[in-house]
Amino acid sequence: MKIHEYQGKQLFATAGVAVPKGIVARTPDEAAAAFTQLGGAIAVVKSQIHAGGRGKGTFKEHPQQRGVVLVRSADEARDNAKRMLGSTLVTIQTGPDGKQVNTLYVEQGLDIARELYLGVVVDRDVGGPVLIMSSEGGMNIEDVAAKTPEKILTEPIDGESGLAGFQARKLAFKLGLEGTAIRSAETFLKKVCKFFLDSDCSMAEINPLVVTKQGEMVALDAKVSFDDNAMFRHESFNALRDLSEENAMEVRAGEAGLSFVKLEGNIGCLVNGAGLAMSTMDIIKLHGGEPANFLDVGGGANVDQVTEAFRILLADPNVKAVLVNIFGGIMKCDVIVEALLSAYEKVGFNVPLVVRLEGTNVEKAREMLAKSGRPIIAGIDLTDAAKKVVATLKA
Amino acid sequence: MSILVDKNTRVITQGITGKAGLFHSQKCREYGTQMVGGVTPGKGGTEVDGFPIFNTVEEAVRKTGANCSLIFVPPPFCGDAILEAADAGVPLIIAITEGVPVLDMVRVMKKLKTMKSRLVGPNCPGLLTPGAAKIGIMPGQICTPGPVGVVSRSGTLTYEAAWQLTNLGLGQTTCVGIGGDPINGTNFIDCLDLFQKDPATEAILMMGEIGGNAEQQAAEFIKKNVTKPVAGFIAGSTAPPGKRMGHAGAIISGGGGTAAEKVAALQAAGVEMALSPADMGAAMKRAIERNRR
Repeated sequence: MKIHEYQGKQLFATAGVAVPKGIVARTPDEAAAAFTQLGGAIAVVKSQIHAGGRGKGTFKEHPQQRGVVLVRSADEARDNAKRMLGSTLVTIQTGPDGKQVNTLYVEQGLDIARELYLGVVVDRDVGGPVLIMSSEGGMNIEDVAAKTPEKILTEPIDGESGLAGFQARKLAFKLGLEGTAIRSAETFLKKVCKFFLDSDCSMAEINPLVVTKQGEMVALDAKVSFDDNAMFRHESFNALRDLSEENAMEVRAGEAGLSFVKLEGNIGCLVNGAGLAMSTMDIIKLHGGEPANFLDVGGGANVDQVTEAFRILLADPNVKAVLVNIFGGIMKCDVIVEALLSAYEKVGFNVPLVVRLEGTNVEKAREMLAKSGRPIIAGIDLTDAAKKVVATLKA
Repeated sequence: MSILVDKNTRVITQGITGKAGLFHSQKCREYGTQMVGGVTPGKGGTEVDGFPIFNTVEEAVRKTGANCSLIFVPPPFCGDAILEAADAGVPLIIAITEGVPVLDMVRVMKKLKTMKSRLVGPNCPGLLTPGAAKIGIMPGQICTPGPVGVVSRSGTLTYEAAWQLTNLGLGQTTCVGIGGDPINGTNFIDCLDLFQKDPATEAILMMGEIGGNAEQQAAEFIKKNVTKPVAGFIAGSTAPPGKRMGHAGAIISGGGGTAAEKVAALQAAGVEMALSPADMGAAMKRAIERNRR
């Protein structure tokens, strides 16, 4: 689960991680009032969307307007907010459709001495979280890693005790920090790592991480996401979820306990198992089609869940054909067919349907299909099913 | 012969009184696996469908001589269940549970490094040695005894592969699902090593997927250590970056972990790659024939 920058910073502040003063604004007047309240000569107005590249991004409705701007007065804050709120911000991470900005974060300006990079992620090779730092703040870290790997510093984080003081100091000295900044970095880095562990983060990225002229380390950004599997022990985080940032179909599928990802194509897929679902997407593409989604109904899904899965697929106007690929293990093929026939009755199929079944209770399922009298196209195997579903679009 | 599990494996199920735990314990027993009991704290001394229930793994091991534990407990308690089995000295622990927090696995794996148990999973379908033992949730009827070792990150893709092999007359020594999580107990290299050393295994089929670089590391290992023919498939060549494809581990992030990179690395290691998921069995056949020449 991803959260907004301002939410991340609120959590940072609670965890003792230094952040600039900031105020949330949802109207132009609130943005102006925030500037006044912060009381500085400058402030930064930042669009709150779940995507990076906001500073360089521009709005569809106002091509000259950037997603993050420096302002010098309350009026300037208000004018910028008018153009930003309700408009669509397009950045390198949003894709061409962009994302609507509903919330702004107005933040105090700082005297910046250094801009650094900080990221914490779980590294599969290390078998645990690692703290990644670089002197190249504000840059795309993947580019830095590719072009100048010597500028990337990493330290493993112990899953229980967190980052040790000496590890933090080692990084601080390697980054060339001096004086009071060393002490500040030690406190800051240990607290960020503790926050990562305590909150079950899957990622915490601060880019840029700044050192002020006063020698204090401060998080100028906060990109935080959580491990969905650990949400059972962080119920308060549910309130941080912004459903407007998520695809409505994916939200609906999630509520039904289905794993669903919306894609660009026009062939809807319903599959059991993540690996087989990905493979089904792959084989559709291999035979000249484009998958409209990834959908794993899982092993234990019941008739209601699978019926809901069909509803979600058929509600998508992009879907021009549906391919069902089931290799029954725990999932019984007859459950899928029962749901399919119930979907025919309750939802109605307005697009061609190709079904490939194998595994547990397959004979019973095939018999049910044959007896139903519905115009379902049978796929003999994976290739046959993929070819047939692609062919229905060309007919 | 086989790897990890055979006719002599004695299995207890942790979480046997749950719906999935009981159903699959029954299926494993029907297949012929020695299912000797189960553990549910607080229900010790009772019995469910002929399985004796114990309060702790330690007690279950002491009274049944179990040398393998199959775990179905819910995700919040899975890490603890794994450690309980390891503490009781169970040599092989198979965790089917899906949805274990990744930091729980970080802590579990750190402890397991100091212990003797091997963990397979979590979020995996388990293991199946055709004709001898099925420990987990794989459908038994699609597998048949033979010379191919199968290892995969994905459950149903393993079934697809086993089915294709069976239809081509290629049976399997053991099918292993290592699971789709970013941090798991047994990886490709562990299984490749075991298959290479197993005299009955003549060829190896491995199925990977997008995310991480376990497949690239496997490719390096194959180049240096595996003399048997290997075929492979990578799922997710059409998956967009940044989107998690069901499995917690299946996500292309930071420009790394793409199917193309993995396919290239495995091909460079001499692995016969299936470019279509329908071609996995045939790729295995090609690899075996190429090796004979």
